[in-house]
Amino acid sequence: MRIIWIILQKEFKQIFRTKIMLGIIFVMPLIQLFILANALTFDIKDIKISIINNDKSQMSNQLVNKINASEFFKIVDYPNTTKQAELLMDAGKTDLYIVIPNNFEKDLFREQSAKIQIIVNSIDGTKAGVSFNYLLRILTQFQIDQSSNLGRKITLGLTELPKIIEIKTSNWFNIKQEYKIFMVPGLVGLLLTLIGGFLTGINIVREKEIGTIEQINVSPIRKIQFIIGKLLPFWILGMFELFVAMSIAIWVYEVPFLGSPFVIIVFAGIYLTLVMGIGLLISTISETQQQAMFVTWFFMVVFILLSGFFSPIENMPPIIQKITLFNPLRYFIEMVRLVMLKGSGFADIKFQLEMTIAYSLMINFFAVIMYRKTN
Amino acid sequence: MKAIIVENIVKTYQKVLAVNNVSFEVEYGEIFGLIGPDGAGKTSIMRILTTLILPDSGAFQVDNFDGFKQFKEIRKSIGYMPGRFSLYPDLTVRENINLFASIFNTSIAENYHLVKDIYSQLEPFENRPAGKLSGGMKQKLALSCALIHKPNILFLDEPTTGVDALSRVEFWDMLKKLKYDGMAILVSTPYMDEVSKCDRIGLMQNGNMLKIESPKNIEEDFRRNLYAIKTEQTYLVLETLKSYKYTDTVFAFGESIHYTDKRIEDVSVSIFDYLYKNHLNIEIKQIRANVEDCFMDLMRNSNE
Repeated sequence: MRIIWIILQKEFKQIFRTKIMLGIIFVMPLIQLFILANALTFDIKDIKISIINNDKSQMSNQLVNKINASEFFKIVDYPNTTKQAELLMDAGKTDLYIVIPNNFEKDLFREQSAKIQIIVNSIDGTKAGVSFNYLLRILTQFQIDQSSNLGRKITLGLTELPKIIEIKTSNWFNIKQEYKIFMVPGLVGLLLTLIGGFLTGINIVREKEIGTIEQINVSPIRKIQFIIGKLLPFWILGMFELFVAMSIAIWVYEVPFLGSPFVIIVFAGIYLTLVMGIGLLISTISETQQQAMFVTWFFMVVFILLSGFFSPIENMPPIIQKITLFNPLRYFIEMVRLVMLKGSGFADIKFQLEMTIAYSLMINFFAVIMYRKTN
Repeated sequence: MKAIIVENIVKTYQKVLAVNNVSFEVEYGEIFGLIGPDGAGKTSIMRILTTLILPDSGAFQVDNFDGFKQFKEIRKSIGYMPGRFSLYPDLTVRENINLFASIFNTSIAENYHLVKDIYSQLEPFENRPAGKLSGGMKQKLALSCALIHKPNILFLDEPTTGVDALSRVEFWDMLKKLKYDGMAILVSTPYMDEVSKCDRIGLMQNGNMLKIESPKNIEEDFRRNLYAIKTEQTYLVLETLKSYKYTDTVFAFGESIHYTDKRIEDVSVSIFDYLYKNHLNIEIKQIRANVEDCFMDLMRNSNE
């Protein structure tokens, strides 16, 4: 215990003296939470739309106003011909344009149906799809409104719009479908992995690189004491980081917190031991901090992309889904979202918890054996 | 009671033989020097004896503890100063020495007398990070840290490499004091001029221990006549002598050329004549062999 305490003191002294460490521990989380949480979004707003209004009737003007009122669209121009509209699209000044034909209002009154043409720039597939869907929603609403105004049903002959069934969706656990509420808990997991886990690996390799590990090895300090003394500070910092990140999530982003903080704290404590084991393992195979950094970077990218942080695991091919079972970050992100947004307790996250514990035991056992062998 | 006993130690890295069947003993109160060129196996022996690496075969005892079974005991009673500076550069001088003292459950105050001579020179810089000290100061701090827990045996791997001449003298004076306190000191060095400061030396080459002797005896064992030749045209003289039929060895040694002859009698005159005939002007005199001459000689013999 005495020896561990000595190493612990030394570690904290060194951490607080290394500017880059301080940066990673205190500045990076703030940047990630304040900038990335805002930057990472699938919400598409201010889509540039151009409208060729050949009809210029009351009805067509109502439609234009409806589009204009939407927060998703910004009308950039009213070209007179499709030729002009195409030029706008070529120049990147408009993302899509619609053509309202000559007899739009007349047709609607007379035939209860009219046609609209929509042309979408599909270079960015996601954006094109989303834009199109937003526009359809507006058109559907327009159709419903006009039908009730006129007292009879009308259709815009553009697509097979549902005529009878009106679909109303409601989003559970993230009512407004805000991307931030989805991302911020994930970022917490990312931070813990980086700070709690991978910094430890680099920190141990540093002793190898400057040769101090030899001085330690010829002293009566036992390897296990040294490992604990090196890892514990980062466990403490990781937990500190958890509180900072959660506070920002709750008070700045107003992410709902339905579950118990206790569940998250316990899970994070165990999760940190797991990522630290990975850090320790990396330190045994690296000779320099640079090497450790590269290996770490590789793992980080894989962990993030296969964690469900960006794209849902359920959408991945079955084989990749199996691979994500080896990704510790996956369990943390699942857990934190479940607990915060859905209010899950220990019973509901049993799978994630058990996997993390088993994984942690395995990795640490292996890492300690490797450490003994290589040093 | 020997401080260090090494018996038939062999160590290979992959397929390279680093230490080949080396045996030697070191007494308490003795400075034992491991001398040899880079790659001779000095550091490997140091690392084996300090329990950092395991030998492939052989046995060793340090401070009467078995090298394989009681390595934990060994670690408590030795001090080790590696060839490369390996203290925490971001901790201050004081923090470094405090750290090593507290690891061994002792304090600076308790063993201050051991390190006083060198540490007192560091005291003005106590609050400076160790990484910002000059080369000589770093070595002094490293030695202080290796000594602060009052080890019975001290291992120094090339302690004076990169240290100025004055500091080197101080360093050796300090070792002498420690030796009189009964400490056993195993030191490796590539500097031949430091050899005479050791009580006994082991000459090493390519992992082999060529000879173990006191510096004085080694010099006396050099039984042939050795000549120092001084000239303005070192290179030409060297080349000319190499084609001389009586030449045994000839090599440049500082500003002069050291030469041995195949004939037993004093041949100063005939060498002078030979070179004079080749239009070379020299000064020649017979000298006593020093350790380096002996070492060159031993290396040559072991290569043959």
